[in-house]
Amino acid sequence: MNQLSHRAGTAAGTPRADLVVGLGVVVLGLLVLYAAWAIPESPLYAQVGAKAVPYLVGVILVALGIGLSATAAKGGWSHGLEEEMAAPPTNWRALGLLGAGLVVQLALIDWLGFVIAATIQYVLVCSAFGSRRPLRDLLIGILVTLGAYIAFARLLGVNIGAGVLEGII
Amino acid sequence: MDSVAGLAMGFANALTPINLGWALLGCFLGTAIGVLPGIGPALTIALLLPVTFKVEATGAFILFCGVFYGAMYGGSTTSILLNTPGESGSIITALEGAKMARNGRAGPALVTAAVGSFVAGTVGTLGISFIGPIVVDLALKLGPAEYFSLMLLCFVTVSAVLGGSALRGLTSLAFGLMLGLVGIDLQTGQPRLTFGVPELLDGVNVVLVAVALFAVGETMYLAWRHVEGGQEVREIGRLWMSATDWRRSIGPWIRGSLLGFPFGVLPAGGTEMPTMLSYYAERKMVKPEFRDEFGTTGAIEGVAGPEAANNAAAAGILVPMLTLGLPTSATAAIMLSAFQSYGIQPGPMLFTQQPVLVWTLIASLYIANVMLVVLNLPLVGLWARILKIPTPQLYAGILVFATIGTYGISNSVTDLVLLYGIGIIAMFMRRFDFPTAPVVIGMILGPMAEQALRQALTISQGDWTTFLTRPISATILALAVVALVGPRLWAFRQRRAEG
Repeated sequence: MNQLSHRAGTAAGTPRADLVVGLGVVVLGLLVLYAAWAIPESPLYAQVGAKAVPYLVGVILVALGIGLSATAAKGGWSHGLEEEMAAPPTNWRALGLLGAGLVVQLALIDWLGFVIAATIQYVLVCSAFGSRRPLRDLLIGILVTLGAYIAFARLLGVNIGAGVLEGII
Repeated sequence: MDSVAGLAMGFANALTPINLGWALLGCFLGTAIGVLPGIGPALTIALLLPVTFKVEATGAFILFCGVFYGAMYGGSTTSILLNTPGESGSIITALEGAKMARNGRAGPALVTAAVGSFVAGTVGTLGISFIGPIVVDLALKLGPAEYFSLMLLCFVTVSAVLGGSALRGLTSLAFGLMLGLVGIDLQTGQPRLTFGVPELLDGVNVVLVAVALFAVGETMYLAWRHVEGGQEVREIGRLWMSATDWRRSIGPWIRGSLLGFPFGVLPAGGTEMPTMLSYYAERKMVKPEFRDEFGTTGAIEGVAGPEAANNAAAAGILVPMLTLGLPTSATAAIMLSAFQSYGIQPGPMLFTQQPVLVWTLIASLYIANVMLVVLNLPLVGLWARILKIPTPQLYAGILVFATIGTYGISNSVTDLVLLYGIGIIAMFMRRFDFPTAPVVIGMILGPMAEQALRQALTISQGDWTTFLTRPISATILALAVVALVGPRLWAFRQRRAEG
């Protein structure tokens, strides 16, 4: 996609994006209000119960969300941010690879152990930031994660779980 | 025994070659472990506790003091270089410190943190020796009403200087308050905002949130805006502080130390409130020509002040720990357990029953402090080299260490989901210009304020005027009103004068 059409897209999309943020905060506030409502009434006597402050925080969030939405309706604030004006387009490849790294870590850490999961994550994040040498990254990744594992688990006695490689060493 | 004689005896004891050796070993181990991302002083001391059991009591506590201060030094190093604070006290240091490091001023940031810690340690040690006992008497007079007013003052000062937009700053603060509510309510035992997830009953860990907001969120934002082939070049720049840096640091060091110590002594003080207050005070007091550096290229005042406040408060925490047997931070709680494992019960009688041990401990705190400056200043160049690691490998490494730090504490995938989830929220916060610091502030102070409010109202049997009728509380509230209204009145008068 060329630069021009991207710029035009951002300029038109900005107040709408700001509105989404404002509404998101409202939804978050409503969620807190629901959660506060769901707290069981305490049988203990208290001047201020367990529900009061959660209700207050929920109301504050809803009010702030409405305020943000109102600002967005009047044109939003993003277009005034210097950093956003100079920002390059969204890098879906980098975000995708990074996201894959996070998902891999979550899926594998309990199953294959920290060293393998973190090494794969390391390689994926390196390539997200434009590294073109996955084999070298793999090697560095294994060294870094193994070193971290040995420092934490063996020298310091922090339990970071058992895994396939951890069982061998 | 008076303080001077006690201190003299303590130094005579601590300065023997073997005890100096223990102090040196402690400093080295503390720095080495504390410098690992995501590991703060409390965890460092807990990890090294078994080592101290192999040594007799005096030697063990000297070793301990070295570890304690060493871990604090190491923690600020990683906060500045990698933006991964290991404990809540160094979160504020990461704010400006990491910005300085990214703009080629890692050296001065590390040096001002090290020298600031030294200044604060000196103030703190003098404080423990001479005014500690007096402050404890005073601190015992403060009740929940006063603490609630104090936290209200913190909220006001924070939101009065939120920067860009009050609406967005307050939203961040409210988000932090919400995170602070998650878990079991301390007074009634009811689970709140846990949505049926058992892992959330213990609440959300503040350090996890800080690492998610700063390290994970930042990494994601950089990936979002990553330009293929465009390598970011990080300059190390000059390592030593310039004459201007020294001039700009001296005030914050002293103010931070004087602010931090009394807070550390308060039974509900801790290191968080003074570092935040110091940060916002420095931001307000900075000379106009450097004001723009705050939040953009990183201002040295924003590292010097909070780092001094952090260390002075950490020393202050030892006062209630030693004289009342009251641990007010995680670090102090672990130290207390170490005392107990030697059959020593800290409390009002400690100074009379164990004078040699206590004064040697205080003296070796000071010695550890001197040693650390001498050890760490030459290492600044070595640490700053971390920034020369190429972007892909650096950020991949940061993410891996953020993960191991989180997973290592709890062994729970739920915590990793939280880490990454809050990281994604932080990425959007960065995009839409929401400040991240108020999240952490709300999260730490929110539960403390709620607790104090409910205790105060229980004591006063529901009478809300308790906050106004108690003189100290009323004074603090008056200060809060001045902080809120004062700047506005001032601006109004200036406009009238000009117009």
